[in-house]
Amino acid sequence: MSTNLQLNAQGKLKHFLSIEGLDKTLLTEILDTAESFIGMNDQQIKKVPLLRGKTIVNLFFENSTRTRTTFELAAKRLSADVLSMSIATSSTSKGESLLDTIRNLEAMYVDMFVVRHGISGAAHFIAQQTAPHISVINAGDGQHAHPTQAMLDMFTIRQVKHDFAPLRVAIIGDILHSRVARSQIQALNTLGVAEIRVIAPKTLLPAHVEKLGVSVCHDLQTGLQDIDVIIMLRLQKERMTSALLPSESEYFRCFGLTEQKLKIAKPDAMVMHPGPINRGVEIDSKVADGAQSVILKQVSNGIAVRMAIMAIAMQKQGMVA
Amino acid sequence: MHVIIENGRIIDPANQVDCVGTLYLADGKIASVINPPDGFQADMRLNASGQIVCPGFIDLSTRLREPGQSRKATFKSEVIAAASSGVTTLCLQPDTSPVIDTPAVAELIKELANKAGYRQILPIAALTRKLEGNELSSMLALKQAGCVAVSNAGAPVTNLLILRRAMEYAASHDLLFIFRPNDYWLGNKGCAHEGAVATRYGLPGIPDAAETIALAHCLELAELTGCRVHFGQLSCKRSVIKIQQAQKYGLAVSADVAIHQLHLTENDMIPFDSAYHVLPPLRTEADKQFLRQGLASGTINCICSDHQPHDVDAKLGAFPETEPGVSSLETLLPLTLKLVEQHAIDLQQAIAALSQHPADILRLNKGALTPGLPADICVFDPEREWQVNTSTWKSQGCNTPYWQQTLKGRVTHTLQAGKLIYRLHEPA
Repeated sequence: MSTNLQLNAQGKLKHFLSIEGLDKTLLTEILDTAESFIGMNDQQIKKVPLLRGKTIVNLFFENSTRTRTTFELAAKRLSADVLSMSIATSSTSKGESLLDTIRNLEAMYVDMFVVRHGISGAAHFIAQQTAPHISVINAGDGQHAHPTQAMLDMFTIRQVKHDFAPLRVAIIGDILHSRVARSQIQALNTLGVAEIRVIAPKTLLPAHVEKLGVSVCHDLQTGLQDIDVIIMLRLQKERMTSALLPSESEYFRCFGLTEQKLKIAKPDAMVMHPGPINRGVEIDSKVADGAQSVILKQVSNGIAVRMAIMAIAMQKQGMVA
Repeated sequence: MHVIIENGRIIDPANQVDCVGTLYLADGKIASVINPPDGFQADMRLNASGQIVCPGFIDLSTRLREPGQSRKATFKSEVIAAASSGVTTLCLQPDTSPVIDTPAVAELIKELANKAGYRQILPIAALTRKLEGNELSSMLALKQAGCVAVSNAGAPVTNLLILRRAMEYAASHDLLFIFRPNDYWLGNKGCAHEGAVATRYGLPGIPDAAETIALAHCLELAELTGCRVHFGQLSCKRSVIKIQQAQKYGLAVSADVAIHQLHLTENDMIPFDSAYHVLPPLRTEADKQFLRQGLASGTINCICSDHQPHDVDAKLGAFPETEPGVSSLETLLPLTLKLVEQHAIDLQQAIAALSQHPADILRLNKGALTPGLPADICVFDPEREWQVNTSTWKSQGCNTPYWQQTLKGRVTHTLQAGKLIYRLHEPA
């Protein structure tokens, strides 16, 4: 149900909620479509009329700058009308339920919701409750999924490395609380990389993480060997107060990526981070701004990939010419 | 009033009876099994051929939502669900609003039960005042007001010294302590079993150690205090092992399991479907198999419904934000019969787990077809199939993972103290 919910009767993408249940062909279609949009960034007029006349509402129940901005730009470049709402500070604080918020917006003839919410499963819930013609794009739900981030990461990896098959990918840091990591792992497994290694202390790894199809390592020095792609995750400050870690400095000493540790990986290893970065906590500035870093490239690619996902999701039932 | 229930297969595990015959009831009590009493004149005859006649079921853990939450369910709606499920005695958890921590609330429950025409709703008293885990409730007064046991329901008693004293005090008044083990801190406000499925869906997990550690604490205190303890709604393998060891060692402890734990695991959860949101959470296949074995060996000797009806809104939302619990009175018998069909237990064990054993644990003079006992009887057709849908469902709460599914085993008649409180009105 979770997987079918994303596809319509013809097997076409209707909602984009999670990487789980989407096959390699579809993920590749998203990457290829994004490729066709990437050239637009350098053009004088950065717009295509694909979603002209469509109304897209960005519903952000959690704060975000980059994700919301890139979604907004992506929608505008597809010529859609966009409304961005930070619900954290609006209706729900007056006691309106998630469902009522959705129902009210639905009544305004919206075609697509882009949703970010702090609770796992929120995007699924909204997709189940909305009218059949509305598409829902998950822009991050709790600790569950952040599939558009994962796709822009896949796009960036493909841009640099061209082929997924031989790659060994390390994901480092707070896997436990990371919706990004979960979606990345599913995407990397679907696209077929050689290995995914998660590197973190046990306190930051979820139970039976190996069942997601990864190998597990608790030491950065050994973990970085033979690695082609390094993905650093953001470490939230509250992990220290909830007794998951002793201190930022000890974390940086053990799991922070420095120039010296970067040398353990393959010489052409690329360094990624979904942002926002904590300099000196999970990553040293010299690495974040260094030659192997693609962190800003990830942000730029975010627009093209989100355009691709929105365009494909709106193609259902021939809604887009 | 004299009643005859004819030609049914009479199963009475307490008296080791399993034969086809006739049951005679007189003046609300069992008069005789098989042999007619001298000069017996029936006022009512029920034909039970092809059906099973057994003691009415005694459910150790239910919520009927009154007082306090009548938008979810009422005594009126839920006693019909109970009667249609062959349940003749309901134990009510103390987490009502107000909490069952004063005799007045216990009296109110009796009154509501009488008004609903179902006299066998037995309140369980709160172990601590307001279930807050800080001060002892007036257990003796509550016992005198009709409470059959004490429990802190789902609320934690985090201070073990308070738990010790509460158990000592309960033991002084020979009160049974019913305990659902769950360490509050280890539970970490989770909503699913800490395992592969919760990891995949990013759901906050509850490790099985949250249950087994609380259980181990309580076993130690049971020995220290001499309190009789019944463990409710066990969910995992190591709990079964610990209970088994304690029983072998000679502790007076017993245990039950909620029926859905014997059938569903984390893998059965439809992602983010709040119908599967229960506490304790659905665990692994190995846990389920151990619970079944524990039931077969008698380590766990009761099955309860853990009935928790909800209104639609309580289950409408993102999974972690929905309220836990299933409406389960009406699936209790069919799912227990499914265990028999799957050879996990035999039919006598199944019926004993629903009647004789809960009666023994509560020291109630019922749960058997012994002449002289109250005539609480369930008659059911074990082969009759029915679909869970709005026309068959009686509970006000439709929160069940079995909605729209076809189940086998249907109650045709329920008698409480010799009075027919339910009869199936469907063509045969």
